[in-house]
Amino acid sequence: MPDRLVVSSLGVSFGKTEVLRDLSFSVPDGATLAVIGPNGSGKTALFKALIGALPSSGTVAWAQGTRFGYVPQRLDLERDLPLSGRDFLRAKAALVRASESEVERATRLVNLGQDVGSRPIGGLSGGQFQRLLLAFALLGHPNVLLFDEPTTGIDEPGEELLYATVERLQREERLTVILISHELSLVYRMAGLVLCLGRRGVSCFGPPRQILTPETLERTYGAPMDHYLHSGHGP
Amino acid sequence: MRRWTTTCTLAMDPSALLLSGGMAVAAGVVGCFAVMRRMTLAADAMSHVALPGIGLALVLHLNPIIGGVAMLLVGAVLIWGLERRTGISTETVVGVVFSAALAVGSMLASGEELIDALLGKPGALNPTEVAFGLLAPLGVVVFLVRARNRLLIALVSPDLARTVNINVERLNLGFLLAFAVTVALGLRYLGVLLMGSLIIIPAATAKHLARNIRAMFLVAVGVSVGSTLLGSALAAVLPLPTGPLIIAVAAACFFVSLAWRRPA
Repeated sequence: MPDRLVVSSLGVSFGKTEVLRDLSFSVPDGATLAVIGPNGSGKTALFKALIGALPSSGTVAWAQGTRFGYVPQRLDLERDLPLSGRDFLRAKAALVRASESEVERATRLVNLGQDVGSRPIGGLSGGQFQRLLLAFALLGHPNVLLFDEPTTGIDEPGEELLYATVERLQREERLTVILISHELSLVYRMAGLVLCLGRRGVSCFGPPRQILTPETLERTYGAPMDHYLHSGHGP
Repeated sequence: MRRWTTTCTLAMDPSALLLSGGMAVAAGVVGCFAVMRRMTLAADAMSHVALPGIGLALVLHLNPIIGGVAMLLVGAVLIWGLERRTGISTETVVGVVFSAALAVGSMLASGEELIDALLGKPGALNPTEVAFGLLAPLGVVVFLVRARNRLLIALVSPDLARTVNINVERLNLGFLLAFAVTVALGLRYLGVLLMGSLIIIPAATAKHLARNIRAMFLVAVGVSVGSTLLGSALAAVLPLPTGPLIIAVAAACFFVSLAWRRPA
């Protein structure tokens, strides 16, 4: 399987504070990589470096023809922003030359009701807005989906619905998925590869069974983790 | 020579009507993005960046408008560069540049000249000013219409914009330059102080009435053009200056519209 992403000796610093140091890993096409680690370990900085939003050292090489779909952490939007869901999706559709029927398809794929499209995006519930962001990400036929803790602030049924949608889409469209999550059970369920980032520059990379051991988790999070690997889990 | 001051003049002179209308349309459209980008105060403050240019132009016996326009464009690039290099918010950078510009402007211009620059001064327009007044709004509106989708995505999330191959830094510079040109359009007619208000008030009115982006543009441009025409008409019959009347009409629209404010 050819690699979709190859990262070599990646480093990110904020002023004199080094957030990521000498990080190397690769993601095969169609795989799911989960990035785990405690708050402040550089997970979001890694995502920003991957999409070129942060200056970094080392190399980030995406395969030719990579098209991103990105679902960020919950965004801080004004409630009275007069931008409807449909305005937002059409703005991207115009840029990636997607037709109106593709906008409708993306809306359907994420189970977003017709009424949501006509409402201002600042007034949507957390779950509705994250599904709108997923529909936005799906426009333009992306082959890579990036999720930065997309279910922060969403209730459990909403979270389940979002991830079920992603799993279905990945099967149907052979997408490469890279996600940040604190939910280790979700990581077991979805990821074929895990990248762990610890606070003191600790990092590890491999399949879940190899990485999500009590010892590695304790090293990553700096505290014992109450987590058990069930035999039914994992790819 | 054309005059650009009263409704009588506007009614008689189509090009004066076109100049005021162009300024108001550009102000309405630029204002929508400024308000959605949370630049409400920054937008007002940025308009004062023209002052040192006006003062310098007066010292050098040049047309003050040329000095004001040049300084606004330099100010836009300066604000963009500082924001990019330091990571400080636009609001803060504009606040600092504005204060410095006001201080330098006060040193270079006399009290009367400063009042004219702040509140506008009626008078004849030379051919260069007429050409600028006609072409600049066209340029601003064309740029914003073409960049609207990129601007909308970037205001929701710059990171999201980058994943759609939008050059956010270049887009921000383009917007600041469009904003600076729009402020420059009002230098002569409204003055820097009131032009900042004409950019912000109609868009603020539209923001709480509209449910989608098309409605916001329509309401903002409608309030901006309507206030300009009605303010000019009132100035023809009342012993009051045109600029403050235009802003008073726009502000009245804002307060009246609060009654129809849509629920968030």
